[in-house]
Amino acid sequence: MTDQALSRRRSKYTPRAAPGGARLATSAMIASLDAEGRETVSAPFGHALVDLAKDREDIVGLTADLSKYTDLHVFAEAYPDRFYQMGMAEAVMISAAAGLAREGFTPFATTYAVFAARRAYDFIIMAIAEENLPVKIVCALPGLTTGYGPSHQATEDLAIMRGMPNLTIIDPCDAVEIDQATRAIADHPGPVYMRLLRGNVPDVLGEYGYQFKLGKAQMLHDGRDVLFVASGFMTMRVLDAAKALRGDGIDCGVLHVPTIKPLDVATIVAEASKGGRLVVTAENHSVTGGLGEAVAATLMRAGVHVPFRQIGLPDAFLDAGALPTLHDQYGISVDAVTASVKSWM
Amino acid sequence: MNTSAPGAGSNVSLERRAWAIRRNALRMGEVQGQGYIGQALGVADVLAVSYFHALSYRPGDPEWEGRDRFLLSIGHYAIALYSAMIEAGILPEEEIGTYGMDDSRMPMSGMAAYTPGMEITGGSLGHGLGIAVGMALGLKRKRNPAFVYNMLSDGELGEGSTWEAVMSAVQWKLDNLIAIVDFNDQQADGKSTAALAQVPELGRWQAFGWFAQEVDGNDMDAVVAAFDAARAHDGAQPRVIIAKTKMCKGIPFLEDREITHFVRVEPEEWAKALAILDEEKPQ
Repeated sequence: MTDQALSRRRSKYTPRAAPGGARLATSAMIASLDAEGRETVSAPFGHALVDLAKDREDIVGLTADLSKYTDLHVFAEAYPDRFYQMGMAEAVMISAAAGLAREGFTPFATTYAVFAARRAYDFIIMAIAEENLPVKIVCALPGLTTGYGPSHQATEDLAIMRGMPNLTIIDPCDAVEIDQATRAIADHPGPVYMRLLRGNVPDVLGEYGYQFKLGKAQMLHDGRDVLFVASGFMTMRVLDAAKALRGDGIDCGVLHVPTIKPLDVATIVAEASKGGRLVVTAENHSVTGGLGEAVAATLMRAGVHVPFRQIGLPDAFLDAGALPTLHDQYGISVDAVTASVKSWM
Repeated sequence: MNTSAPGAGSNVSLERRAWAIRRNALRMGEVQGQGYIGQALGVADVLAVSYFHALSYRPGDPEWEGRDRFLLSIGHYAIALYSAMIEAGILPEEEIGTYGMDDSRMPMSGMAAYTPGMEITGGSLGHGLGIAVGMALGLKRKRNPAFVYNMLSDGELGEGSTWEAVMSAVQWKLDNLIAIVDFNDQQADGKSTAALAQVPELGRWQAFGWFAQEVDGNDMDAVVAAFDAARAHDGAQPRVIIAKTKMCKGIPFLEDREITHFVRVEPEEWAKALAILDEEKPQ
């Protein structure tokens, strides 16, 4: 146990000062992602899957006792005979999804990211990826989206999954993208791991006329001083940070990279090569093994030598608590991102 | 639907089929100078009944939709399954000499992408029964009356994922799923029963809700009866045949050797074993 963890357990509880003076309660796993001032959409994944399934009889859904917490319950209610409640048993859920795919079906299997990436890894890689089967593994609670601590915080799922051949990895930003990506991955002939935001999910990309394209990174807006390269809900955060930084005379471009693997090397290299900009990656994931290191390696291989900084979660077991507190503490809130960029300019 | 194996109406006896499977396996072992020959010789009778009595398939069309699916969890038993599939005409006999060689369609651990008729990639134990659950669910969705067979090993019963699949198969009332446990009480480091407390196997499966039978896996009539009963059983539940087999069965000097997971065979002994087999060719 680390000194920090020991001292936290042994020392007397002292309430920490919270923003606005209010004490925040632990953010539960069922919590929706906070997004002040933005419209939200309810259960975009579940509704997209129901819509898709109207014309796609091959689509079936499986879960390991987490349908309500992955929005798959919407599908289960619409198509009860195409829904498999596999119980609290991730190995057989993944293996059975592989078996259903072998028989011609397109299974969507859901659980939390920690359970898929950690517990079910061997079953995903051998039963699904090695055989390139079209199983879609859709996982809630990516990165730091729950206050329950390391048992539920999938801070290293991308690092684990990126090493798996044949696997396509998606880290969507918002409700718009979840809807579009669900349809796109259903059409993709191979296996997919998609991180999921569930519940009331903000609409961020609607105003950009965004259309998800599998394997493509897209500039949401340009900027001359900083190039953010972001995935997942961190794209939302850097869009907000970019607005704040504009007030300080720092002009930031935002490149959204929802497909973590295969990475859109051409677009990333092209944008980073437009000289004079600080490249800042931003991800809801450990700084080890995720988007940031993937982009760094991509630029090194391409011979693009630019100033580079990484925003992400520390390589550590994170605290339990309230998400706004934790996002500030670990540097992925809008304020924290804004402050980091200012300090680097 | 064709409900019997292509060989079921043949004049060739199951004993002769098992003999041929053992012979193919020894020839492959001779090619490589190694192989899981103890397992192959032990399970040959069960495979003879599977491919020449029980399973429905078309030798020239391994992807035929109406086939019974035979899933080999235990990838290292590939030498045994190749031997059966060669005898069944699914794989060509002339490829025996390629076993385990570069670019062969018959690698030492069974993989779906390499070999016609190999339904899954085995080798990481504890996967086969879960995949079988999914395929059995898929067949029911398609109203396809085929069976899914999964051959697993006693050592593999130590994998927790196997028991997730055991429970799931009961939950979904998979009467189209037949598990075959090759119980030779041998795993990599020694006796399986010495590694994890293996309570009486039959009762354990019955307690989980399976239609379970335990047979001498080297008694051809008993194995045939068990497969017949497993297929004919009318309960809405999965079925298991626990086949107690003897490693190296059929080659006395190997049977007498200290049995290990990877039975030692000296270079000159392959020919000796084949000669013993050839003297006892059944009708």
